[in-house]
Parts: sequence; structure tokens; C-alpha cells
Amino acid sequence: MGSSTSIHHHFAFQNAEKAFKAAILIQRWYRRYVARLEMRRQCTWSIFQSIEYAGQQDQVKLHDFFSYLMDHFTPDSHQEKEFLDRMFTEERFPQEAEMEKYSDYESIEVPDSYTGPHLSFPLLPDHATALVEAFRLKQQLHARYVLNLLYEARKHLAQLPNINRLSTCYSEEITVCGDLHGQLDDLIFIFYKNGLPSPERAYVFNGDFVDRGKDSIEILMVLFAFMLVYPKEFHLNRGNHEDHLMNLRYGFTKEVMQKYKVHGKKILRILQDVFCWLPLATLIDEKVLILHGGVSDRTDLELLAKLDRHKIVSTLRYKIRKENDRQTEEKRKAHQTSSAQTSTPWFLPQSRSPPSLPFHLGSDKAHKASLSSSVPCSALLEHTELAWLGRRSVDQELERCQQRASFPGIWEKEEPLPQTSEAHTVPGELPEPTLQEWRQVVDILWSDPMMQEGCKANTVRGGGCYFGPDVTEQLLQKYNLQFLIRSHECKPEGYEFCHNRKVLTIFSASNYYEVGSNRGAYVKLGPSLSPYIVQYQANKATHMLTMRQRISRVEESALRALREKLFAHSSDLLDEFKKHDADKTGLITLTDWAAAVESVLHLGLPWRMLRPQLVNSSMNNTLEYRSWLKDLAKEQLSRENIQSSLLETLYRNRSNLETIFRIIDSDHSGFISLDEFRQTWKLFSSHMNIDITDDCICDLARSIDFNKDGHIDINEFLEAFRLVEQSSSEGQAADCPQSTNANDNGCSSSGAP
Amino acid sequence: MSSTFRTHFPTLGNTVVARPVLTDEALDLLYHQNFTKKIKEAFEVFDHESKNTVDVREIGTIIRSLGCCPSEGELHDLLAEEGCEVWWMSVSLPLSKRFVEELEPTGYIRYEKFLPVMTKVLLERRYRPIPEDVLLQAFEVLDSAKCGFLTKEELIKHMTEEGDPISQEEMEEMLSAAIHPHSNSINYKEYITMMLIDEN
Repeated sequence: MGSSTSIHHHFAFQNAEKAFKAAILIQRWYRRYVARLEMRRQCTWSIFQSIEYAGQQDQVKLHDFFSYLMDHFTPDSHQEKEFLDRMFTEERFPQEAEMEKYSDYESIEVPDSYTGPHLSFPLLPDHATALVEAFRLKQQLHARYVLNLLYEARKHLAQLPNINRLSTCYSEEITVCGDLHGQLDDLIFIFYKNGLPSPERAYVFNGDFVDRGKDSIEILMVLFAFMLVYPKEFHLNRGNHEDHLMNLRYGFTKEVMQKYKVHGKKILRILQDVFCWLPLATLIDEKVLILHGGVSDRTDLELLAKLDRHKIVSTLRYKIRKENDRQTEEKRKAHQTSSAQTSTPWFLPQSRSPPSLPFHLGSDKAHKASLSSSVPCSALLEHTELAWLGRRSVDQELERCQQRASFPGIWEKEEPLPQTSEAHTVPGELPEPTLQEWRQVVDILWSDPMMQEGCKANTVRGGGCYFGPDVTEQLLQKYNLQFLIRSHECKPEGYEFCHNRKVLTIFSASNYYEVGSNRGAYVKLGPSLSPYIVQYQANKATHMLTMRQRISRVEESALRALREKLFAHSSDLLDEFKKHDADKTGLITLTDWAAAVESVLHLGLPWRMLRPQLVNSSMNNTLEYRSWLKDLAKEQLSRENIQSSLLETLYRNRSNLETIFRIIDSDHSGFISLDEFRQTWKLFSSHMNIDITDDCICDLARSIDFNKDGHIDINEFLEAFRLVEQSSSEGQAADCPQSTNANDNGCSSSGAP
Repeated sequence: MSSTFRTHFPTLGNTVVARPVLTDEALDLLYHQNFTKKIKEAFEVFDHESKNTVDVREIGTIIRSLGCCPSEGELHDLLAEEGCEVWWMSVSLPLSKRFVEELEPTGYIRYEKFLPVMTKVLLERRYRPIPEDVLLQAFEVLDSAKCGFLTKEELIKHMTEEGDPISQEEMEEMLSAAIHPHSNSINYKEYITMMLIDEN
């Protein structure tokens, strides 16, 4: 008995010990498995982010292109003059009279056949709710109601202050949502899960409602409707995408034109103004500051509260009113000696090397100085600051060129500008936005937090800054705040705390890069102001997948985008590879491959880790680079009659191309003439040093099935080369012979990413 | 300094072939260099600020993705060796899977410190991954009925209550991939095979 029990115990103990050890073994193995997945997930994330931000840098480069254009393009003919006019008619400030014309909705009749939602004003809560439901059922709101709603929204927004205040005394619960980027499903989900807005349920939407996703206009309609119905409890902040220039590139303009073929232009015009009227920030209980991007070390809430936000049309271009332009222009002309000098004025960036501009922005003298051509000498400018300054002078150049375009040969005279009639001062108008004010707004709409202390220019985005925990602390103390809520950056979990929990990033567009890429989240605040976060992922399909499957799927999408980018730089890559292959063996080591790829693409990605998925065959640690590049091309080429180098060029520049097309197509008809297309291409290729002949491009253009009347359907052109996703699947089958099912990633202007 | 090469002359029929062969020293150096690149890249993936530091909570992920398979205890010891005070539980979970509300220690590991430690780990081939057959045996030990299956409850119990317990969330993940929807049990042989496919 005794002995058998002890033996029994002994065995039992041994078994338990074995089981314990076995468990440890399995856990070890499993943890390694999870770590590898995590590494893959992180790499995938890096790919998407680096491609996204590279796209935004592109935007900066595009503006450099326009400034180059201003310098070097002298219209020789009436056609070219018209061309220039068309390019830049977008840049005019909308005046009150014009606004009335654009918001004239009453003349628009709603046919009996219309089955979508009807709106009547003043709006009632039921209308807003009905709107959500209608959109959920994929109905489209008639243009008349869109315009009417926008008109009312604009009226309402115009009387709001720059910084709105909310109190938890009145609304017990305040829900703050981040970027939605046209993803209506997420908005509907939020209302479903959290409840519709009401006097007891306040909402703040923190910018970036539009672009990228496919239902931006519907989101705006819903948000504006609730804003009109619950003006005290429903608040919107402006994001960097509430900007007509951004919309040209990132898809909102295109969406509106596709959905509203007849009235789209009107809608876009009034939207441009509505965006300028969006408030800049929201303050809860004087303790929690909500704004879209972030802050900088010079953020001045008092200045932000005072400035005239309506004058800040776009954070991408610093515009001042025509009047001042004219004054400055006259001044400059007066100062100018014999003007054989057609070289770049000193205040424009001469080339890529940062010139020694004697200018210290932020000083009081600065904004006065910016309005005249004589400048006090001070410190050197940072390169990005210079770029912004350059942009500001681009507008002056713009004026100059427009003048020359309109009055060839007589630009020396003090001819009044065609737009003079519009440049009258309205009594009681606030002062112009100064450079300093403009920068304040850029900072709050574009900045990102960083872990390091300090404040430095945000070179990745090309605007705003990176701000450290000390900057946050300084600001919170200065204005006696508890913490900051911002958005602007996609986070895998939909939210992220940083700076010792003093900064909360909230991002509400789930599956932003790809189905399964990230969750969305919103945050609720009660009287205690402690944040309560709710996460979600608005796609049933992903719930069924295991983590491994989800990561694989997103990874595949990222890799596809990356391969496309690699293809787009084939020529440069070949050159770089050749440098590593002095003996002309046709082979390079994988290490050299990684170095070469990084030096061409500048994406900062872990190439060695990604290599197994990007390079299929390598023997002895070496790669036959020519055949690798060929394989890349094979994947991308959909048509045999296109030279791969041409396609490569198109790919690389497609976002810019599309943006330019949309600017040229100023009446938003979707068509540009073959001539305009040729001219654009000519300019573009000379600036970008692209080695493609005009004939080649023209042949290409003609090879697409146009109606042969000399006009190009922009969308057809871009789609034909898989440069953008096919037109929306909702019933509009693109008439394109080469339908593809490619997911267009990266800098694409439409679709999910 | 001894030369790094010595030549070896095998005879191949009538031909004499001179073929350079690397000494152990040279081999070590070569591996060393390769290790450095690998380690650097893995480190940089988590160095979000490009400051040559990573959050200490990501170290487990980095070490594991470099091919090592330490247990939680071993990981803790390794870090303790290097003078890093960490809660041993928090090291294993990837940052993205943690509830931020938990009280967590903060700490950073610098690349300069990490590199020599990790190089040593790789050179010494510490924390080698587990061969498939050993893994299978481990499962078999837990399979008291010896039927080739583990019930969901059994697996949960062993994984979350013994050894280095894994979290609820990780358990759910493991189950989602492993479990047979109909029988609610885990055919561990199949499971292992499926998971190892990813291990290329």
C-alpha cells in the first residue's frame, strides 16, 4: 500500500513533469511562430506606409513642376495661351456672386423617376437618419439636394468659430472619430454600434472624411446633415484632405464627377468653399484638444482662434489675394531694371540645391517681407520651409504668366488684371492670412508625433512637422490642457497612445490599405475625460480568417504594390545593378541587390527580409538581374504592343499624370483634347527628363478606342494601362477591352487603399 | 596573423585542382558579417524612430524572427544578463496585441547593446528551433488517450495553465487555426504540418 502509493505518486509526478515540459516546448514553438507572423505583419505595414508617404512627397514634387512650368513656359500661340488658362483657372478665389451661381439648386428639377432620398429644409433628425439608411441601400442623393445641403452647410459653418467648444455637462458622452477616407461602411458601423447622434450623444469627426475610399460624397452628406440637425452636439474638424488640390489627386474629385456628371462641377466648386469654412479644432471642457494632425513648437492657439480660416484655401499652396499680388507685381516691376533678365527671380528655388535665402520665417518682419521683394538678411532657411516659400512666389509667377498669356507682348505695361473686378474689398473683411497664419494651419493639419524630443520638419509628408513629447508637454501646460486627440495616421489597432499617454491617435477607417490590414477605432469621453476606446473591423470576411490568413492576404497585396513599384523603376534598377556587376557577368549578389534596390527606391524597407518573396530564383546567393527584371515586367504588362519602358514611365508618374489631367480638364468633363494632352506630355517629359518621343505617346493615345474626334477620355486612358482601378463596379462597366482585376495600390486615387 | 586561406589539393584523375578553403576563423568572420546584416535589418523593422533603439517589449519578436526559439524564461534570463529589467510576461507579446491600459514598464534596448548579444546567440546556436518529430512527441505526451487528437479543453488547459502560459488572445488564435470545426478537436499532426509550411 505504502510503496504502491508512492510509486503511483512517483509516476504521477513524472507524468506531470513531462506534461509541463511538453507544454513549454509547444509554447516555445508557438511563440516563435507568432513572432514570425508579427515580423511579416510589420514588414507589410512598412511597405504600405512607405508607399503612401512616398506618394505624398510626389505631391510636393508636382508643385515644383508647376513652378518650373511658370519659369519656362512662354505661350507662343493662342492655343498654348488657352492651354495655360485652362490649367490655372482653378486657382481663382470664388467670390460671393459666383458662389450664388454655383449654389443655385432651385433651378434643378428632380424627376419623378428619382427613387432616392428627398430632403427638405430645415432638416429634421428623421431626414438625416433616412439619409444614412438610403446610403446603406446604395442609393444616390440627387444633385439638387446635394447642392442644397452644401449651401445650408456652408451657411452654418461660416458662423462657427475656428475652435469649437464642447462640454460634457451638456452631452454626457462625446464620441470622437478619426479619418474615414470615404469608407461609408465604417461610418455606418460606428452609428450602428455607438448609436446615432443626438443631443445626449455628441460626436466630433476629426477630418479626412474624403479621398481614397469610394463613398466620400455620401459621408459628407451624412456628416453635414447631422451637423445641421444637431448644431450644438455635432462637430467637424478640417483635415488635410479637405482641400480641393488634394482631392484632385486622391480621388474625391473623380468620385464626384463620376457620380454627378451634369452638376459635378458646381458641387466641387461649392465644396471647395465649404472645406475652407470647416473649423480647425475642437476643445472639450477646456481640457482635451482635438485637431487633425498635431502641433508644433510654434502652435499658437490664440492666433489660430483669431485668424480668418476661410482665406486658407489649401494647405498645399500659400495663396494671398489678387490685390496684394497686383501690388507686389507693380512694386517688383517698378524695381526691375532692364528686364532682359528672364532667369528665375531670386526668390524662386533655382535648382535642387537649397539657395542661401536671407529669410527668417516666423519673425514679424517676415510676413511683411513676403509681400515685397526686398528682404532683410537673417538666418538660412530649412529646405522644406524654402519649398513653401517657393510655392508662395509661384503664385506671383502664375500671375505673371497669366498676364503674358492673356496679353502677349504687352506685359510691360501696367495692364489691369482680368480679375480686378473681383478683387474689391468687402467692408469689414478680416486681414489677409499671413505666412505665419498659414503655417499655423499647416502645422495642425499635417504634423505627426515622434518619440524623440524636439520639433523638426516633416520631410516625409512634405508639410507640418514631427513633434516630440516635450512639445506636447509645453503646449498642454501653456494652455492648461490634459491631452490631445489627433488622427492623420493609420494605426494597426485603430488607435495609439504616445507621449506618455498625452497624445491619442484615433483612426476610423478600418482595412485602410487592404482588407484585413488594420482595425478602426473611436474614442468616447465622459465627464471624467478618461478615454474609452472601441475597435472594429468593418468587414465580415476578415473575422473568418485566422491571423495567419489575414496577414498573408494583406502581405500579398503589399508585395504586389511593391513589385509594381520595382517595375516602375526598372531602368534605374538596371543601371544600378550594372554598377555592382563590373565584370559584366549578368549576376549580382543578393546583398548587392538589396543595396541597389534601396538606393533607387528610397523606401527604407527591410529588403533582405523581403527578398524571398520578391526574388524567386537565386543560386549560390546570386541573382541574374536581367531575367529578374524581365519577370517583373511580365507580371505588369497587359498589352503587348506597349514598350515596357513607356509603361514603366507611366506607372511611375501616373498619380502626377492623373492630377495634371484633372487640372487641365477644368470643366471636369472627363475629356481633354489630343492637343492639350500632347502639350502636357511635352512639358512633363522635358521637366522629368523622360525619354519618350511625342510620336510614341500619340500613337499610344490613338491606339485606344477614342471616338476619333480628337478628344481623350481621361479615365479610359488611365484605365487602359491599369493606371487606376476600373470605374466603379456599381453598374458602370468600363468600355475597356482589357478589364483587369488588379487591385490598384499605393498612390492610386480611388478604390479601397 | 595566420593567413585566412590554406589550399587544398585533391587530385582529380590527372588534374590537380587548387581550391581555396576557408579556415574556421574565416568562416566565423563570414557568418559574423552575415549575422550583422540580418540582425540589423530585423532590428530596424521595429526601430520606428530610426534612433537605433527598440522598445524592449519587441525584443522577443526580433530574437524569434531571427530563427531562435527561446522559452519565456530563457528570454528573461538573456535580458537579465544584459541588465534589462523587464516583466517576463510582457516580453513575449507583440506590442500590437497588448492592451494599453495595462501597467507596463518602459525601456529601450540600444542596437549597440543588442548586436553583440544577438551575434553571440546566433554563433553559439542557442535556442535552436524544435525539430518536427520532437514537437510531435510533445503533443503526444499531452495526448493521454493516445488517439492523435487533443480536445479543445485539453489544449486550452495545457497551454494556459502550464509551462509558460500563453494569453487568452493567443489561445484563441491558436485554436482558430488548429481546431477542426466539426469535431471541436485538434489533429495535432496535421496542425504541425500546416504550420511548418510557413517556415520557409
